[in-house]
Amino acid sequence: MSKPVVYPLSQPANGAGGPTGTWRTERPVLSPEKCTGCLLCWIYCPEGVISKKDRSINYDFCKGCGICAVECPKKAITMVKEGGQ
Amino acid sequence: MSVKIKDFSDVEYVLPGSAACAGCPSTIALRIVGKALGENAIMLMTPSCAVASIGLLPKSCYSLPTLNICFASAGASAGGLSLALDALYEKGRLKGEKPTVFNWVGDGGTYDIGLQGISAAAERNDDFIHFCYNNEAYSNTGVQRSGATPLHAITTTTPLGKEVHRKNVPLLMLEHRIPYVATASLAYPMDLYRKVAKAKSIKGFKYIEIHAPCYPGWKFASSDTVKMSRLAVKSGAWLLWEGEYGRLTLNNPTSLLAKGKMELLPVEEYIKSQGRYAHLMKSPDKKSYLAELEEEVKRGLKFMAGRAELI
Ligand SMILES: Cc1ncc(C[n+]2csc(CCOP(=O)(O)OP(=O)(O)O)c2C)c(N)n1
Ligand code: SF4
Ligand code: SF4
Ligand code: SF4
Ligand SMILES: [Mg+2]
Repeated sequence: MSKPVVYPLSQPANGAGGPTGTWRTERPVLSPEKCTGCLLCWIYCPEGVISKKDRSINYDFCKGCGICAVECPKKAITMVKEGGQ
Repeated sequence: MSVKIKDFSDVEYVLPGSAACAGCPSTIALRIVGKALGENAIMLMTPSCAVASIGLLPKSCYSLPTLNICFASAGASAGGLSLALDALYEKGRLKGEKPTVFNWVGDGGTYDIGLQGISAAAERNDDFIHFCYNNEAYSNTGVQRSGATPLHAITTTTPLGKEVHRKNVPLLMLEHRIPYVATASLAYPMDLYRKVAKAKSIKGFKYIEIHAPCYPGWKFASSDTVKMSRLAVKSGAWLLWEGEYGRLTLNNPTSLLAKGKMELLPVEEYIKSQGRYAHLMKSPDKKSYLAELEEEVKRGLKFMAGRAELI
C-alpha cells in the first residue's frame, strides 16, 4: 500500500481554482494605443491578471468577466467572443 | 493622506486563478485590502464564498497566512489570536512589528451568525480589524436571505421578495464607540485603501464593511460588479462614512448627497438591471414600490446626516 500523502497546509499558488482561463466565453483585448495608463482595469480586475506595467493580460487565468472593459474610461479594452471550434 | 492608484503595491495577496466566480466582488475588495495592509498580516475567515474561493488543496489563492474558523467565532477567534500574539511579544518570543490580525467575513457571518461574538470583541476593544464584505445574502450556499438582504429583494428563501428591512450593523458598530468604523465601496478604491490604511494604524477594534454586489446572487451581468457598486452609492442605497469613538463623518459622494449639493440618482437606476428586483419592475404597483425604496434612501441619508451633527 502506498503511503498516504498528508498536506498539513495549503501553499499560495496560481490556479488554485484550476486553469480558470478555460472558463472564458469572451476574451478582453487591449488596444495599447488607446490606453492612458490610468490603471483602473488593473485595480478592478478580480483575478489580478492585468499587468500594472503594460496592461498585458494573462489569459491562462483571466475568467472573462468583462469588468475591465466596462470600467476602462478610454474603451481601450473590448470583449471578443472566444473562437469555439 | 492622498493615495493614487499608481502608488498601490503590485504585490498580490489574491493570486490569479482562484475558485471565485468570474467578476467576484470579494476578490476585488481583498486585492485592494491586501495592498493597503501589506504582508505583515494574518487573515481569518468564516465559512463563505471567500473560503470556497481558496481552491483545492494543496494550493491556496491567498498569499497571506489564512485560518478557516467556525461560523460563529469571528470575534472570539481573531480576539484570541491577537491576544496570543501580544503574550508572545511580552515574553520576548516574537520581535518586530505585530502583524495586523483581520477577519474577512461575509454578511451572514457578521450580521447574523457571528454578531454576538463580534459585538463582544468590539466592547472589549480587542486589537484586530473585522472586515465584512457585504453581498447581501448567504451566497456560498445558494443565495439565502441574510440580515443584510434589503427590503423586497428576492433570494432563494424569500422567493416573493424580502418582507422586512435589513439591519444596520455598521451603525451598531458606531454606537459601540470603537476606535474606528467605516463603510466602503469597490467603486471608490482610494477611499477604501485610505480607510484600511487608517484602520491598520489604530490599536483596538476596527470594523470596515465593504458593499459587494454579487452578480450570481443579485442576477446582473458579471461585467457590472463595480458599476453596480457605484450606482448603489450614487443612488444613496449604500452610504459612505467613517467614525471614530462614535464621532461620525460622512464621506463623499454621500456627504454631498446628504447636503443636497449633488443630485441623487433615482433608485430605479440602481435596481432595474438586478434580477432580484425584477418582480418590482414588472409589478402593476411598480411606482409605489419605487416610492417606498426612495423613502428608505431619504430616511437613511437624513438619519446619518443628523447623527453626524452629534459631536
Ligand atoms: C455553523 C454553520 N452553519 C452553516 C454553514 C453553511 N454555510 C457555509 S458558507 C454559508 C454562507 C455564508 O454567508 P456569508 O457569511 O454571507 O458569506 P458569503 O457566502 O455570502 O460570501 C453557510 C450558511 C456552516 N459552514 N457552518
Ligand atoms: S482602464 Fe483603460 S486606459 Fe486605464 S489603464 Fe486600463 S486599459 Fe489603460
Ligand atoms: S475580463 Fe475580468 S478577469 Fe479578465 S482581465 Fe478583465 S477584469 Fe480581469
Ligand atoms: S457567489 Fe458572489 S460573492 Fe460568491 S464567489 Fe460568486 S461572485 Fe463572489
Ligand atoms: Mg454574504
